Parts: sequence; C-alpha cells; structure tokens
Amino acid sequence: MGKEFRNGIKDGIPIALGYFAVSFSLGIAMLAAGMTAVQGAVMSVSNLTSAGEFAGVRVIAAGGTLIELVLTQIIINLRYSLMSLSLTQKLDEKVKFWQKLIIAFGNTDEIFAVAMNHQKSLTLPYMVGLQSLPIVGWTAGTFLGAVAGGLMPTSVAMAMNVMLYGMFIAIVVPVAKKSRPVLIVASVAILASSLFRYVPWLHQISEGISIIVCTVVAATFGAIVFPVKEEEGAQ
Amino acid sequence: MNIWLFILAMAVVTYLIRMIPLTLIRGKIKNRFVRSFLYYVPYACLMAMTFPAVFHATEHVLAAALGVLVAIGLALKGKGLVTVAVAASVTVFLASLLLGFIAL
Repeated sequence: MGKEFRNGIKDGIPIALGYFAVSFSLGIAMLAAGMTAVQGAVMSVSNLTSAGEFAGVRVIAAGGTLIELVLTQIIINLRYSLMSLSLTQKLDEKVKFWQKLIIAFGNTDEIFAVAMNHQKSLTLPYMVGLQSLPIVGWTAGTFLGAVAGGLMPTSVAMAMNVMLYGMFIAIVVPVAKKSRPVLIVASVAILASSLFRYVPWLHQISEGISIIVCTVVAATFGAIVFPVKEEEGAQ
Repeated sequence: MNIWLFILAMAVVTYLIRMIPLTLIRGKIKNRFVRSFLYYVPYACLMAMTFPAVFHATEHVLAAALGVLVAIGLALKGKGLVTVAVAASVTVFLASLLLGFIAL
C-alpha cells in the first residue's frame, strides 16, 4: 500500500463513522418504504448521496413515476457538479481520464470537503483511499438500518448526525480564521441559507436548489469582491 | 413499479452529474473570476449545508447549539476533523440527555 492510499484511508475514517450513523436512519426509512435490506444496500453503494437517496425513497414510497424520480435526483444532486468542477482544479496533472471516471463516483459532500482541505494535489490512490471506508460505512449502515429497524435509540442516531456537520465546521473554521474573505463568503452563505429556511415563501424551495443558490451567490460575491491572487485560487 | 429500475436510474443520473464536469474540464482554468469562484465554492457550500440545518438535526435546538459551539471552539484551536466531529456529537448526546431530564 502506498503512502497516498494510506493517507486517504486515514482521512476517510471520520467520514465513514458519520456515514454509518446517517445511513442507519436511511435504512430505517427504506424499510418503511417497503424496500428490502439488499435493495437498500445496493441503492447506497451505487448512489452515495444522503439527500438524494432520502428523496428517492420518498418518491418510491409515494408510488411516484420514473420521470419524477429522475428530476428529483437532478435537482437535489446538482450541487455535485459544482463540487466536481471545483475538484478539477485540485487534481494532480497526471490524473488520467479513466482515473477521473473513478474519482467522480465517490465525490460526495464530505469527501469533496476533505479532498479540498488536503494539503497536496489529489492523486488517484489518495482519492480511492479516501472514498473506500466511507463507501463501506454508508452501505453497511444502510443495510443494518433496514435489518435492525429502530433498534438504535433516536438520541444516539441524532447525536451521530451532528458528526458530519462538526466535520464541515472543522474544515471551514481554521481557513476562515486566517482569511477574512473566506469568513465573509461563509457568512454570506449562512445568511442566504437561513433566509431559505425561515422566510415562509422561500421555505417551499427544495433543499437541493437552496444549497445551489446559496453556494453560487456567496461564491460569486467572493469572486467579485475578493478575487484570489495568482498563487491562491483552487490550487 | 420496479424498484431495481428506480435504483439504477438514480445511480446513473447521480453519477453523470458528478462525472461530466470532472472530465470536461482539463487542466487549470486561467480566468481569474472563475478561479476565484471555484476557490470559494467549498466554503460557501459547506456552510450553506450546515447552517441552519444543524440546529434542526437533533431533538433540542439548544443541544445542537452547544455542539456547534464546541465544534467551533475546538476548530479555532486547530484540532483535527475527527476530534471536532466526535466532540460535537458527544456534546449533543449529553446535552440532549440533560435537557430530556429537565423536560421530564
């Protein structure tokens, strides 16, 4: 095993733990929607998207159509295309086309976040290492959730939910501490997403769209007011 | 309705969304605006996903707020991802227990 791969595995551990908890509740939801544990596990290992899968399960439970399902997935998961776009700028120059096809598969919110936080340019071994444990955690959690149902106390599951948010905070805060522009961009994003949550008519907009709009607004604001210097940027 | 077909459709759509932008762009983008925009995307996106959603992810808003405070405090001190994530989670669990007792 190479050093890059091992580093990736290590960085993936907290993601895997958080995923296990979140996907456990996803498994429970799948069971309630009439899916089997195997179907749940296959959906998780092939999709790797919390919000997308929760929404997909809801469409299935409601007996929705295939078109409805596809549209839901596009809207909720469109933020990944922004993340993939951002990720291209951090990939090592030697990463080949077929390697990008593999890296793209596991580009989840958390893996993207940790990858962008990585000190070096991204290689295939690092990315495969980073993705492997979270994929196992996500799939195993879904399966066990669907099998064990509501065995885990809600308070434990909910506390574990917070783990992923804690990780996001741990990624942004140290950068915001050093960089005023990042602090301001982050604040704009928080303000925008709070508006979507608490203003009555904005609240009707789906979470997937809200995240995209908030990201685009805050990042555009940052790009106009605080354009990055040559050596910074999406390195 | 075939659940397997639904699962396949979801997987294909989600993969394409991730794969197309990743393979389309080759090399470094020169445009300063676009580079700046992409530099800020992770921070904007992560914060938009975290706040205010985190306050509604637990049984008690107060417990979540305490978890967030602990996470920010430890992150400011330069603690690693695992430490911050676990500490936030444990704080929320303990605070929920405590608040549960008070509510009883």
